[in-house]
This record gives sequence, C-alpha cells and structure tokens, in this order.
Amino acid sequence: MSERNRELLNLIVVAMLTALGFASVYIARQSVVSTASLSYAAFFFALYLVAHFVARYAVPHADPYLLPMAALLAAVGVTEIYRLNPDNAFKQGLWIVIAVGVFSATLLVLGRDYRVLESYKYLFGLSAILLLVLPALPGFGTTVNGARLWVRAGPLQFQPGELAKLALIVFLAGYLREKREVIAQGRLKDLGPLLVIWGGAMLVLVETNDLGSGLLYFGVFLAMLYVATARFAYVIAGTVLFVIGSAGVYRISGHVRDRVDVWLHAFQHADTSGYQLVQARYAIAHGGIGGTGLGHGTFTAPGSSTTYIPYLNTDFIFAALAQELGLIGAAGLLLVYMLFVARGFRIALLTDDGFSKLLAVGLTFAFALQAFIIVGGIVGLIPLTGITMPFVSYGGSSVVANFVLLAGLMLVSNRANTVRGAT
Amino acid sequence: MNKQITRLAVGALVLLSALIVGTTYWQTFAVAGLADRQDNALARVAQFTVNRGKIYTARGHVPLARNEKRKVDGQTYYFRKYPNGYLAPHVVGYSTQSRSRAGIERSQNDYLTGANGDFSSVTQRELDKLKGVTLEGNDLLLTLSPRAQQTAVRQLAGKCGGAVAIEPQTGRILALASSPTYNPNAVEKKFSAITKIRTRGCNFAAPLLDRATQGLYPPGSTFKVVTAAAALDSGAYKPTSEFVDPGYCEEYGKRVSNAGNPESPETFGTVTLAQGLQHSINSVFCNIGKQIGAGKILEYAKRFGFYATPDVELPADAQSPSGLYRKHKLFAPRDPASQVDPGRLAFGQERMLASPLQMAMVAATVANHGVLMQPHLLQQVVSPDGKTVHKVKPEKVRRVISRKTAAALTQMMRSVVTGGTATNLASSGLDLAGKTGTAEIGVNGKYDTWFIAFAPANDPKVAVAVALENQTGFGATTAGPIAKAIVQAVLPQRSNNGTSR
Repeated sequence: MSERNRELLNLIVVAMLTALGFASVYIARQSVVSTASLSYAAFFFALYLVAHFVARYAVPHADPYLLPMAALLAAVGVTEIYRLNPDNAFKQGLWIVIAVGVFSATLLVLGRDYRVLESYKYLFGLSAILLLVLPALPGFGTTVNGARLWVRAGPLQFQPGELAKLALIVFLAGYLREKREVIAQGRLKDLGPLLVIWGGAMLVLVETNDLGSGLLYFGVFLAMLYVATARFAYVIAGTVLFVIGSAGVYRISGHVRDRVDVWLHAFQHADTSGYQLVQARYAIAHGGIGGTGLGHGTFTAPGSSTTYIPYLNTDFIFAALAQELGLIGAAGLLLVYMLFVARGFRIALLTDDGFSKLLAVGLTFAFALQAFIIVGGIVGLIPLTGITMPFVSYGGSSVVANFVLLAGLMLVSNRANTVRGAT
Repeated sequence: MNKQITRLAVGALVLLSALIVGTTYWQTFAVAGLADRQDNALARVAQFTVNRGKIYTARGHVPLARNEKRKVDGQTYYFRKYPNGYLAPHVVGYSTQSRSRAGIERSQNDYLTGANGDFSSVTQRELDKLKGVTLEGNDLLLTLSPRAQQTAVRQLAGKCGGAVAIEPQTGRILALASSPTYNPNAVEKKFSAITKIRTRGCNFAAPLLDRATQGLYPPGSTFKVVTAAAALDSGAYKPTSEFVDPGYCEEYGKRVSNAGNPESPETFGTVTLAQGLQHSINSVFCNIGKQIGAGKILEYAKRFGFYATPDVELPADAQSPSGLYRKHKLFAPRDPASQVDPGRLAFGQERMLASPLQMAMVAATVANHGVLMQPHLLQQVVSPDGKTVHKVKPEKVRRVISRKTAAALTQMMRSVVTGGTATNLASSGLDLAGKTGTAEIGVNGKYDTWFIAFAPANDPKVAVAVALENQTGFGATTAGPIAKAIVQAVLPQRSNNGTSR
C-alpha cells in the first residue's frame, strides 16, 4: 500500500475515534450540549481530508503516520475542550481550520525543495528574536498569568513565541550545518553568533517571565548542538551554564523562587501559590485507572462554571483528560506523543543531508520537550511552567505552530523517502 | 550524526515515558491519600453523584440523614438533608460542598459512599462507573436511642455543656449531645446563621464544637470516683478506713479547704472513706492523694481511658483525650511525685481536664463491675440490597478495677443520692448511683458543674455524665436533674413512675 493510502486509512480510524468521543460527550451532557456536536467529527474528517489531499499532491512519499497522529491529538484536545466549554471548542475549531490552511500552504510552497530555507537562516534567526521581543515592547504585549508573551492585534491575541520556536530551529539547523566541523574543533569564534542569539533570547525570556519557553529553547539548542558536533562536552557545559543561569534567576526573581517552592512543597501551599497544581492532582487522582468517562468528570462545583483548576483547557488540559480518560487514556495519549517523536527521529535518521537531519531533530525534539515540560510540571517531575500541550491545548498560535512543525517533518520525510526510492 | 540522533531519540523517549510513570503515581498510589484531604473539594463534589447511604438512630427508628436528588447541568446529584436536624448534629455531622464534612459523615465516608469492600465489590463498582450506573452507599444504624438523645438535647437547651449516656455492658452510646447546637441543614447555605448563635453563659458559643467529646472541663469532685477506685483497688484503703476531717488538709505547709467559705469550711470530724465520697469531703481525698501519690491516681485514670482518644466512630480530631493539661497541651508527667500536686489532683483540680464522654466511661466502668467496654456510636452497616455489611460487637477494653472495688464504689455512689450531696435527685423506684462535681474555674461564684451516674444501681442499664459551663449552682442541682432525666428516658417506663423527691 502506498504511503498516502495508509495515511488515508489511518485518518478514517481517527475520524471514527473522534465521532466516538463527541458522541460520548453528547450522551453524557445532553442537557448542556446540542446535537450539532455529532456533526463535528464529520467536519474534522473533511478538514483532515483536505490536508491529506494536499499532502498527496505536494509530499506524496512523506511519512504516513504523522498526520493521523497529529489529527488524533488535535481531535482529543478539541473534544475535551468541547466538553469543558462548547464555545471555546468552536473557536479552537476555527483555529484548526486556519492551521490546516497554513499547513497546506507550507507544503505547497516548500514541497519542491524546502532546503532553500537554509540560505535564509540569518533572516530566520533575526525574525525569531524579533518575534520574541515583540510582546516585551510597550504597546504590543499583554501580560497573561504573570508572563508577558502575548501580542494583541485587534480582536486577535497570539503568542509569537510559538512561531519564534520554529524560526529558531530553522536558523540553528542552517547555521550548525554550515559550522558544525569548526564548532566541533572548539573554535570559540564560531560559537559567537550562536551565543549572541542565545543570550538575547534568554534575556527576553527572563524579561517576559516565560520560563517554560526558556527551558524549551535551551533544551532544543543543546540537543541540536550535540547532534551537529557530536560533542557531549557541549551538552554538559551548556547544562552547567543553564544551572548557573537558573540559580542566578532564582536569586533575583521571586516568580522563579515561588515556582520552585511550589514544585517541592505543593501541598503546603495548597490554598495559595500551589492551588492550581494541587487541584490538578486532585483532578488527576480522581480519574484513577479507568477514568470517569468523557463528560462524566468533575471540574466545577455543581451548577458553577468556574473550574477548580484555573487554565484548565490550556496549560492544564492534561489534568482534565487524565481524569476523564483515566490512567489508561492518559498513558495512551502519552504513547501517541512517543510514537510521533519516534517517527520524527526516524525521519532524521533516514534523510541524508545535514540541514534536513538537524531540522528534523530540532522539530521533533522541540515537540517532545514541550510535552515533557508541561506534563512533567503537572505530575511534579519538574517545576511547573505554563506552556501548551502540543496539538491538544486550547490556543490558536500553538495549534498553528504545531501544524507548521508537522508540515516541516513531512517535507523532510518526503524528500528522504523520494531520494531513497530513486537510488 | 546518526549515532547522536539515536541517542537523543532514546533520551527523548525516556523523558516521555517518565511522564507515564508520574501519571501512574497520581492515578494509583496517591489516590486514597488525596481523596481524603479536607481541601479536596473536587472529590467531595464528585461524591455527591453517589447515592450516599442514609443514617438512622438505633434499629432504624428515626432518620438522621437522607438525600435529595437534584439534576444540575444534566448531572444527577444527591444532596444531603437532615430530617430531625437538631437531634444529633454533633454525632451525624454534615456533608456539604462548601464546608467539607464532619462527624459520622466524615469518619464513615467510605461506608456511606460504598468505597469500602472486598475485591469483587470494588470491581463491581468500577464496572458500574463505566456503565454510568449511580453508585449506592451503605446505610448506617447508630447506637443512639431516640428517647435518650432527645431528652439530652432538650435538657441541655439554653445551657452550655455536653451529655453522654452509655450502656455499660456493651459500650453503646445511647445519647451524645452538646449545647449550644446548630442546624446541620444550614451549614451549606446559611453558615453565617450558625456563626451568629449565642448562648448565655458560654464564653464562646462555638455551636459546631462537640462539647461531649471535645469539651474539656475540670472534673472536680466527680474525679473522686477515680481516686477512690485507685485507693480501694490498690489495697491501700477500705471503704471503712477512717479519716479525721478538720475542714482542711495540709499540703506543702498550706491549707487546702473543703467546700464552702475557706474561712469557715464544712467540717465533718471523724469519717470513713465511704462517707468522704458520700459528702464529697476534699480533705479526705487530699489525704488519700498524699498517701497513694499522684502517680497511682494517674495510673488508674489511664486505665479508665484518660490520656487516650476515646476512639468512638467520630473523626479523631473531634475527640479530645482527658488528662492533665499544661499550656493547652496534654501533659503526661515523667515524675508525678515531683510534678503534680497529689492532694488537689485527688479531688479533680490541679489542671486535670476531662470530657463528658470520658466521665461517662468512668461511670459505665463502675456500673459494668469494673470492666471498661469500648464506647461506640456505630451499630450496623447495611448495604443497598439490605445485607448487613458490618455489625459492631461489644468489645472489652480492659478490666479497670476488681469486681469488689466496683461493688464498693457502687454502694458509695448510691449513698451520694440516698444521703449525700445529691439527695435532691432521689426518687422511689429509681435506684440511682451518682457523684456530683462542682469545679472552680477561677471566676468567683462561677463553676463548671458535673453529675455522673448510673442506674439501676443493682443492675445498671445506663451510665451518664453531664457537664455544664459557668454555672452558679452546684453539680447536684444543675447537672444532676439533666442526668436523671436522661437515665429515666432510657429505663423502661415502670421504673419511672415515682418522681417525687
């Protein structure tokens, strides 16, 4: 069976699962939601069919599992968002339409050869910095939940950081491909531009209090540096630098100190700074192994619309899913993430040029690390930092950026498979 | 680069699998601990979808808690209603969304929500959950006797204090009341009404406080029963042992006076130990205390249950242990001989504090021929399909004093009513044995007053303790009539006919 036919088959399975999800929410909450919900699955299937046909035309040999997995994650997310607040699900649906549009455009524009991006690497580096600085500029940015990382443009609100992440990966892939030998030899001069861009990015992050993204970018940077230079010492040096930097930030920033304190002693701050985390754990624990079932979870007092967990449908959507789907569902969801990541690394292995490898590694690792940072924060492996769960969380910029990430991986994969087929 | 990519891939997958491990922790090992936390509103609210078990008095006669089914946003909830809400709010407690749970509602939550049980019933429960079937809890039958309980509540009304009645042979708690009281139906939505409750005589009204189990008062002369038990049971004295009472007893070079004006206290001359208890003579007990020592008295107090939570089926933090207190903390002296004043301890002062439940246990032990039975409030747990899930059997805690000592104490306590400090409570047909207590609380003319009793003395069916705060009268005239009324409510009608004084 050809790649695209396999993809289509998988998408049909995803569509059936989506229909099942919406149906169970509908059954559980008939009095609150309308029958329209039953048509949502069909709508999403149609949307993914569009993406599929674009892929069939632009990247015929791309990995057939990535799109269905992304579709599944997005469907799980939108189902849960729908269960929590149907209005938000409608908005999220619109964002998914936009995201699929951007995804298709990316495939169509870059389908012939995405490697042209490499020649624009400094442009990407610069725009990454610009995008990161944007929210910090007066007049543009707005502060949400203690972090200044939003830009308001009329009725729209978006997080430029999500796109900056992708731009940075493109820059790093290009730059490291070109300089990897010299950097590996340890010439400090060649590390210069990297450090400058990094220093800038980190400063902006500290300034905007967006620690989750700081960790994400730094992790991706180290991972790509390691893959490019094969020097594990750089990873160690980088980690040491990061620890020193964090210790410094810990000393000067009350925000960071709070986060660490809450991480270590969440239950001692159950009424104040640890409230959100403690409530999230109550929610997760309540799900147990089997979960309460979609639509049967408890997130509010009876008749109230205020959820016990603030930001339930964005940063904390994992807590909602873990309660309703239980350990079985939550572990399943995490397994989908793992499969996606495994496929991503497989693409990096299969492709034969340095830029493509680094690009695939960067995109895949960013995806993995982002999931780790938010879920790890909720379950207590690391301090909690607000960041979206890829494809699942409510939030437009996040969904769009992740579909672009998906497009990137499919582009690299298509080329790898085409070249291999030709030789 | 492929080697590095493979390593990185392994690293990333390890990180992600750690997430599964973390989630597993919260959804398996941590579940029970988190669900029990008082601030877990989510688990509490979720349990409102369970058709919670109902609560009744003994043999299911009077309903104390039932459910009101209501649909909110398509979800069926079972909210709690308390018919006869004023009957036993301190025992039953409440189960609300806004203010957590208290009383039996809290301590027996697992039975009430059906979360107890063996493997097969747990499996069944999980299946029901998946099927969306409403989960059913178990009903509880308490030991409370409606008549005794209602009498206790009515008698305490307008006063500040607590009362407990126990069936001596079984440890069943027949009545447990505290005043001021509150309406448990108001806790959810009209809590401010509860906080506004004021009762004359109370320093702090605190209606949610269960004075019967959490209230700690100086036991005063009722503690002489414990001292007498120690004196007789240790073999140091006999009921006929003689004392010379000059109206006071000398301790540390100072006079400790009998009741009355310290300048001219009551004086009895040569008396026996039995007469000492009958007339509640401080000097007699002061001398006993000096003779046998504080250590011996405390040793017997512990045997009666002091220095331990009574362990009835209420939340542990709603049961205060009785004993010596220092700076609001239970104080167990390492060397009682040097740290405790034995003379004052012997008649229930000297920082000794006791709950009504504890003193009822003392009376019940004497009544049960010297054996302390585990007091309990829960009688039976009945599953939704009518099967008995759990039945509480009478359980012996220990033999506290010998049968002979108990018999001697019974005679002495009987004489308190027939010809001692509580003759006002004597009535034909009611063979009452008791002991009065009027404890100084450091405010002139104000006392915490007590009466502990059991009846009929020759074949006790009920033991009671009543404590009242801030009284101007004596134990016999304030707490005594309440205790007597509760005793009469328990005993069959025929022994109640003669109520003349």
